[in-house]
Amino acid sequence: MKLNIEGLLVYFPYDYIYPEQYSYMLELKRTLDAKGHGVLEMPSGTGKTISLLSLIIAYQRAFPLEVTKLIYCSRTVPEIEKVIEELRKLMEFYSKETGESNNFLALALSSRKNLCIHPEVSSLRFGKEVDGKCHSLTASYIRAQRHSNPNLPVCRFYEEFDAVGRQVPLPPGVYNLDDLKDFGRRKGWCPYYLARYSILHANIVVYSYHYLLDPKIADLVSKELAKKSVVVFDEAHNIDNVCIDSMSVNITRRTLDRCQNNVDTLQNTIHKIKETDAAKLREEYRRLVEGLKEANVARETDIYLANPVLPDEILQEAVPGTIRTAEHFVGFLRRFLEYLKSRLRVQHVVQESAPQFLKDIFDKVCIDRKPLRFCAERLQSLLRTLEIADIADFSAVTLISNFATLVSTYSQGFTIIIEPFEDRTPTIANPVLHFSCMDPSIAIKPVFQRFQSVIITSGTLSPLDIYPRILDFRPVTMASFTMTLARTCLCPLIVGRGNDQVALSSKFETREDFAVIRNYGNLLLEMSAIVPDGIVAFFTSYVYMENIVASWYEQGILENIQRNKLIFIETQDAAETSMALEKYQEACENGRGAILLSVARGKVSEGIDFVHHFGRAVIMFGVPYVYTQSRILKARLEYLRDQFQIRENDFLTFDAMRHAAQCVGRAIRGKTDYGLMIFADKRYARADKRGKLPRWIQEHINDGSLNLTVDEAVQLAKHFLRQMAQPFRQVRSTPATKGTEQVSTFVVWKGRWRHGYRCLNLAFQSQQLNNFVA
Amino acid sequence: MASLSEEVLLVVKKVRQRKQDGTLYLMAERIAWGPEGKDRFTVSHLYADIRCQKISPDGKAKVQLQLVLHTGESTTFHFANESSALKDREAAKELLQQLLPKFKKKANKELEEKNRMLQEDPVLFQLYKDLVVSQVISAEEFWANRLGGVNNTDPTLFNNKQEVGISGAFLADIRPQTDGCNGLRYNLTADIIESIFRTYPAVKQKYSENVPHNLTEKEFWTRFFQSHYFHRDRINTGTQDIFSECAKQDEKGLKSLVVQGVKNPLVDLLSLEDKTLDEGYGVSTTQPSTSNANRTVKESSNYAIIKRFNHHSAMVLAAGSRKGETPADQASETSSTDGNSRDSDFFQPPVKKVKLQEAIEYEDLQRENRPKTVALNLKKSDRYAHGPVPLQSQQYTTSQDIINSVNYIRHEMANYKPNLTQVVSSTAASSAIVALSPGGVLMQAGAQQAINQMVPSEVQGELKHLYVAAGELLRHFWSCFPVNTPFLEEKVIKMKSNLERFQMTKLCPFQDKIQRQYLSTNLTGHLEEMLQTAYNKFHIWQTRRMMRKT
Repeated sequence: MKLNIEGLLVYFPYDYIYPEQYSYMLELKRTLDAKGHGVLEMPSGTGKTISLLSLIIAYQRAFPLEVTKLIYCSRTVPEIEKVIEELRKLMEFYSKETGESNNFLALALSSRKNLCIHPEVSSLRFGKEVDGKCHSLTASYIRAQRHSNPNLPVCRFYEEFDAVGRQVPLPPGVYNLDDLKDFGRRKGWCPYYLARYSILHANIVVYSYHYLLDPKIADLVSKELAKKSVVVFDEAHNIDNVCIDSMSVNITRRTLDRCQNNVDTLQNTIHKIKETDAAKLREEYRRLVEGLKEANVARETDIYLANPVLPDEILQEAVPGTIRTAEHFVGFLRRFLEYLKSRLRVQHVVQESAPQFLKDIFDKVCIDRKPLRFCAERLQSLLRTLEIADIADFSAVTLISNFATLVSTYSQGFTIIIEPFEDRTPTIANPVLHFSCMDPSIAIKPVFQRFQSVIITSGTLSPLDIYPRILDFRPVTMASFTMTLARTCLCPLIVGRGNDQVALSSKFETREDFAVIRNYGNLLLEMSAIVPDGIVAFFTSYVYMENIVASWYEQGILENIQRNKLIFIETQDAAETSMALEKYQEACENGRGAILLSVARGKVSEGIDFVHHFGRAVIMFGVPYVYTQSRILKARLEYLRDQFQIRENDFLTFDAMRHAAQCVGRAIRGKTDYGLMIFADKRYARADKRGKLPRWIQEHINDGSLNLTVDEAVQLAKHFLRQMAQPFRQVRSTPATKGTEQVSTFVVWKGRWRHGYRCLNLAFQSQQLNNFVA
Repeated sequence: MASLSEEVLLVVKKVRQRKQDGTLYLMAERIAWGPEGKDRFTVSHLYADIRCQKISPDGKAKVQLQLVLHTGESTTFHFANESSALKDREAAKELLQQLLPKFKKKANKELEEKNRMLQEDPVLFQLYKDLVVSQVISAEEFWANRLGGVNNTDPTLFNNKQEVGISGAFLADIRPQTDGCNGLRYNLTADIIESIFRTYPAVKQKYSENVPHNLTEKEFWTRFFQSHYFHRDRINTGTQDIFSECAKQDEKGLKSLVVQGVKNPLVDLLSLEDKTLDEGYGVSTTQPSTSNANRTVKESSNYAIIKRFNHHSAMVLAAGSRKGETPADQASETSSTDGNSRDSDFFQPPVKKVKLQEAIEYEDLQRENRPKTVALNLKKSDRYAHGPVPLQSQQYTTSQDIINSVNYIRHEMANYKPNLTQVVSSTAASSAIVALSPGGVLMQAGAQQAINQMVPSEVQGELKHLYVAAGELLRHFWSCFPVNTPFLEEKVIKMKSNLERFQMTKLCPFQDKIQRQYLSTNLTGHLEEMLQTAYNKFHIWQTRRMMRKT
């Protein structure tokens, strides 16, 4: 259908549209008009992605000079591929409606692991291995060496791409990862480099957060993306953590040992080169005297995305003399390394700020702040000069030099914590230096500054105002949309008491309480008897889950649950969990029904959807507070309080509730879906917790279901499930009106019968036939 | 003795029943007992009727065997031969143990089938209630041609009996009981043993290796229950345990499953993340080490429980679907061998494509797929629209004009560009649409009161049942014609009386009822007509038969 969004003609590839999609587009258009940033919350399953794409592409077509590019960032590979598929649908619709094939180029970009077609390299299992291997075949100096020694291995795909691939741009179209690979195979070009090259002129780029937020990668990939781009961060409820992760560094004794080896290798290589090719080192020296002028020019002319690791000031200066020659720099690194080693030999926990650290390092080993700041840049230059093949080997020394630059650049927003041992095992010495970022705005700042519109969107962003505060930007629009439903297909229940009136809570004091654990078990048992197909239960942490599972096993609760459903449990091993997940889905699929015990903040809770019968109920055992005893967290809370005036408790609750909302939201992925959401902790009933849930969940919590016992919850759930299981024919309302200026048709509801096949594998029950038949 | 044609499998003398001495006979299809010196059986039960047998505990003075029937009745036999009472009873018990399951399955299957049909078909169920429960016809008659029909029309379905899955909790069903002297008793049934074997092939292998050469069956199971293998929280310690090998095999199986990876890319957690942080970056790299070295005993036992639960569930699932899986797998493999270079690509793209498409579908936003109608193909559409119209000498447009104007409009429409910023306000538009919707001002149509609104729904329902029941009876009745065997003759007479009884017991009360409610009585007119036709047919047939006889 075609829509009129405040005068903009939007092609929408469906015949009907949800009202909230329309409102979403309206807000989005206003944001783009204002060339500002926006925060938009809309429940999952209401077609957020397609609304975004439809509007932004329509905008791009209408105002090709205002918005030249859409950069769509998502979190996981499947998400990225989904976006591309939706885009394909939209593009097909465009060409069907307008009758002309449009010349849009849209593509997904992912790591080498997902794009490589080199037979040997792509067979490697881990991303890092693939990267390393690829680098050893395609690095510029390797290829230069090949001129003298043609026997060196070569990646023919890269060579082919390098020879001809850049001359002809990728033909317009929509390219998913597999399409890129196919194209690469046909042409004999490397799909990864082709994609990296093509994103510069593509109209739409879909890739993961890290390509924009992680300075190490952004510098390589996204530096040259046009300023007039719209950036969308989808599923952005965790964006602050991604930012923080990309700027934080941990240094262990092992890192230092590996770093020591790196430095030795560097030393040897320098010696060798000095004997054979001293000119090369001199050339480098000259370049360093010239300074980083080129980079500075580039940034001033606004070609590059700024790199927070490489702050503006240092671009104007030359690399200081103390680390300009290769030997001096290696000596400098050695000193720095020794200093770090001495710092790790502590017996007690140390926490200090960056300036304190700098002062100490100056006092102890006379290292100045200035050379430290140039450390990362100087090392890159050296590695390039020395023509070291496998950069992956030098990750340790790169890490150290990045740390040096960061610690000397930012006097605020970071903290240094040195822990001599893990809290759980105080007898085993395992010193770690945490250099942790506490201010997510540092990493994301260049993005907000460079691109004209940044949209932060997700199904769960409540409370909306906290994101602009912690990411430090001024949005022009902030909106939360609810879900219009013809039938209430979600049923949030807060179970606060067991049948014996014991208060249910995962709080620390009652964590080991058998009564609570037993009641939790009872809840799961009762639910397993009445909920069809799949149930997903989330615990607050692995340790908590392991303990509860063990005591449920001892009490025989698990065995009783097994009478109703099969049990699968998330483990810390990703491969094992993937298998359990697949089996879980299989069990739901064939009608046997299963329970998945999982962990909030775990991989399952973040990346896996439990649509339809894969998740008819989600049970959240406890409030998933982060582990509050961690020193890093304490430091961050302090920082938030001092800098942003966010109280500790507010932030902790916000963080816990967004994870809880993520967990329970996994079950409802659309309006045809339905599911129970059981919050099993009495603390959820409090206004401060409840109020931080997304609006579309909050709306359906009525006052009657705030402090239920297990039995009451079971009764409500039974009623709900029985209603939902009815076949639901599509009820389209008569064309409804929405918005202020126009008429559109909105779909209200359509449901589906999804229970018919349940009985297949339940034949074992039929042994208990009643004797009704004569 | 009577019916000597039956094969007698076992004869036990000196068996008392109701304080009477007698002899117990176990025959091929039934068990019978006759009092001493008499020539007939006073007790005789088909094996199919027996639900189960019970025996008196070993210590008791009386050695007894009780048969419980499906009807709930029971018969007790007392083995009174002093010297060999126990032996006799054991022999009878053993034989019954072998015989009963065979018949049980048969009986169950029939029962199951009937029950299933009734449950699946509410109309049939109602019919059953109307005809059998109210004793218009007997249950056998009711089922006679139904079950047969099902069995005959679809023999493949019947033979291909559904594989019964395994209950996830079969281990839980073995409740250990303390026997009072510091020991535990586990009750095992054949079903449970089968479940164990099917779920854990390794145990089955051990069983066939060790029983009965090295261990007796009892010893085997005793060791099984003592093993860590059964107690999932115990960690593997001893090596002399024969089941430690099983555990290792399981471990291996689990590992190989994990290595195989998953087919559905949407649940593959390993490839979910696009770009992981390099080592050393990130906030929380203090991952609890998974190696066993620094785990406490408690932790590793917890870990073992979790692992074994996953394994158990996977095995139960696999045991249920082992048979059906192979063809499906082959199909998926053959369908996707389109010659890609990488192994993982062999089946990945199709699955992935399908899953992705599924994930982005919003079917409620799409137009529903109505069956396509055939377009009306008219040669002269104006004739169709107007019908023959007398030609008048007025000025009228030529067909060329019409075609031209249509083309013009079409052209206009194709080039139509809406002025999007100046459109009708939504209130005006919506009121127009409301006026044009069914029931709106411009869409007034004459309302019809349907007959189904005049009669209360419960009467409607009752009428429906009556129709169904009458239809069923009439079907039986009419299927007797032409009456050419004595059996059919008998049946047709019975059916006629059935019909009359139906009219008396069902139809008449209903008529009274609607009369009492002042509803139009012609509701049942058609029913009566149908019955009357049947009666007429019957009378004609009867008079003809009389004439032939005389």
